[in-house]
Amino acid sequence: MAYSEQEILAGLAEIVSEETGLPTDSVSPEKSFTDDLDIDSLSMMTIVTLAEEKFSVRIPDDEVKNLATVGDAVSFINGAQS
Amino acid sequence: MTDVVVTGLGATTPLGGDVASTWSSALAGVSGAHTLDNDWADTYEIPVRFAARLAVPAEDVLPRPETKRMDPSAQYAIIATREAWTHAGAPEVEPERLGVVVSSGIGGIWTTLDAWDTLQAKGARRVLPMTVPMLMPNSPAAYVELEVGARAGAHALVSACASGAEAIGYGVEMIRSGRADVVVAGGTEAAIHPMPIAAFAASRTLSTRNDDPEGASRPYDTGRDGFVLGEGSGIVVLESAEHAAARGATVHARIAGVGLSADGYHMTSPEPSGRGQIAAMRMALRDADVAAVDVHHVNAHATSTVVGDLIEARSVREVLGSDADHVALSATKSMTGHLLGGAGALETIFTILALRERQAPPTINVTDPDPELVLDLVRGQSRALPGGPLAAINNSFGFGGHNVALVVTTA
Repeated sequence: MAYSEQEILAGLAEIVSEETGLPTDSVSPEKSFTDDLDIDSLSMMTIVTLAEEKFSVRIPDDEVKNLATVGDAVSFINGAQS
Repeated sequence: MTDVVVTGLGATTPLGGDVASTWSSALAGVSGAHTLDNDWADTYEIPVRFAARLAVPAEDVLPRPETKRMDPSAQYAIIATREAWTHAGAPEVEPERLGVVVSSGIGGIWTTLDAWDTLQAKGARRVLPMTVPMLMPNSPAAYVELEVGARAGAHALVSACASGAEAIGYGVEMIRSGRADVVVAGGTEAAIHPMPIAAFAASRTLSTRNDDPEGASRPYDTGRDGFVLGEGSGIVVLESAEHAAARGATVHARIAGVGLSADGYHMTSPEPSGRGQIAAMRMALRDADVAAVDVHHVNAHATSTVVGDLIEARSVREVLGSDADHVALSATKSMTGHLLGGAGALETIFTILALRERQAPPTINVTDPDPELVLDLVRGQSRALPGGPLAAINNSFGFGGHNVALVVTTA
């Protein structure tokens, strides 16, 4: 089953909220993981691990550095769905 | 030598979510042991169906991101640290003069075993990146270091069930040696998981009194059949007397003496003559420059095992001689269960409060005292301690033959 972009954003927001304590509605597509959400590399890898499981996708380590914003991650996950 | 005083206390225990509720439950003789509301015993055929869990679960206190980033052992230490630090008046101290010593006997066992389950069920890609910083045994010390911003050093001494007391002893040494003015010290444990319960049960050290969990921990009772596993944390703020006086801090007691020894005898059995325990107590009294006649209270390690309880009682008698006649002996594990790496710290807090409030907490469940007990046990109800300057001993012993005795004196 493929997730819609809206569903991916909502699911990702839940993961980020659990990790950071930020409210889910603050996790919007234009937000930068590092600059806006203050997520360090270890937290980012936690989010990637949880997102891979939630959306049944693979996010290669080489790809993670390209995921600057929440929107980047939503697009990548959307495209990676088989 | 630099006097080391206690200016802050914090705890989360099977008797309460803080020091005040823990202490009032202890004075009232409440048991923190209850039947576990899960199916571990049936699923794994574990012969023990009860334990002494935290009275206030950590997830009710800490925000969700913290509970996800910390093993329960670190969560409990952080809860206790926040209380102790606030209680001490959040001392202003140079970060380079602030130290941390926080121990756990077992380490991040929940994290270790959860990660192993994940690896087996889902493979390496699902193992969370925070696993190592959560499972390492210095994790509680490191989280406390980050919490208070300590830079004089953060240490995690491990000596099984003596760990919490050894941490406080090392904290005292940090101040005496001039490395720090303030040290946050104590112990923590979160090992109420089916694997450690099964393992302790396998070594036949746990009580199996499944039909009466509240009555299972009964140090010095003839019906004792092993310890009750507990969990929680106790943290104290130690401070040089000079530093405390300069900022006008309230002093609750002094940690006047530290005694350490090893049995050099057996991995799990205490040495029968008590020579190691005796050496630790004598060293602590010498270190404190306290005479036997001044000791009025002992918080015993007394875990409710058949052999261990009596060896300790004889050792106390050997050290104090006829002066042991006026010692009120309390075995608070009868109420809290055994907090393993947290025990020595929580019991130091009980000892401090006993001197400050001049009340020795009771030992519950002793309906038929062991006739070989050679000391005056505070049974059933708390007992008033005399006025004037008082000294007390808190004993802690651990698997491996680790012996720690701390001498506490009134402020």
